[in-house]
Amino acid sequence: MTPIEILATVFVVVGTFFGFVATVGIIRLPGLYARLHAASKSDTLGSVLSLAGIALVLGVTTESLKLVFLLVFLFVTSPTAAHAIARAAKEEGIEPIGEDARLGDEEGEP
Amino acid sequence: MTSVLLAASGGPEVTVSETFSLILLAAAAAFTLFAVVLLYRVVRGPTTQDRIVAINVVGTNTVIVIALVSVALGEYGYLDVALVYGLLNFVMSIAVSKITVEWGGVL
Repeated sequence: MTPIEILATVFVVVGTFFGFVATVGIIRLPGLYARLHAASKSDTLGSVLSLAGIALVLGVTTESLKLVFLLVFLFVTSPTAAHAIARAAKEEGIEPIGEDARLGDEEGEP
Repeated sequence: MTSVLLAASGGPEVTVSETFSLILLAAAAAFTLFAVVLLYRVVRGPTTQDRIVAINVVGTNTVIVIALVSVALGEYGYLDVALVYGLLNFVMSIAVSKITVEWGGVL
């Protein structure tokens, strides 16, 4: 284990933790929009951290360039896909949970 | 001869230590387990969008598993597979979320 491999291990373990958080969020949270919240942010961070960890080990090579492409691509497309899904759900008329309990709506209630 | 050809066909001169390779394989196993657990939401999810979200995360997990196994085993050609899988996963999510709105309750 070289020092760079220990650093990469930290990245991969933290990325796996965020993948675990995303999984628990999608299984346990109530309502579609809450699940989207867990899926888009935690899963993006987990995948980016894991891929950054293994890109660190490979150094400056063509393979690590491919990994960086994949990382940037996931970092852009994962929130975009979540946004498209949320918009599709809105257009189909799926209401967020707790809609009637919100504060300050059009009638001017507190 | 085969080993010479494989060595000539590319891949960096980086060799990861055996401990680090085992750590990467354990992380790949954990991501596979997460994907299997997410199938619960795919089967049960009340709305179509729930299923799309879960399938999207399963696809992202698959990309990470392919990349981790690629580095752990030293088979760097798998990284191209991971790139193409990531592209297809994105197109799938966008297409399915558009189609379910425009065709109205197909899935």
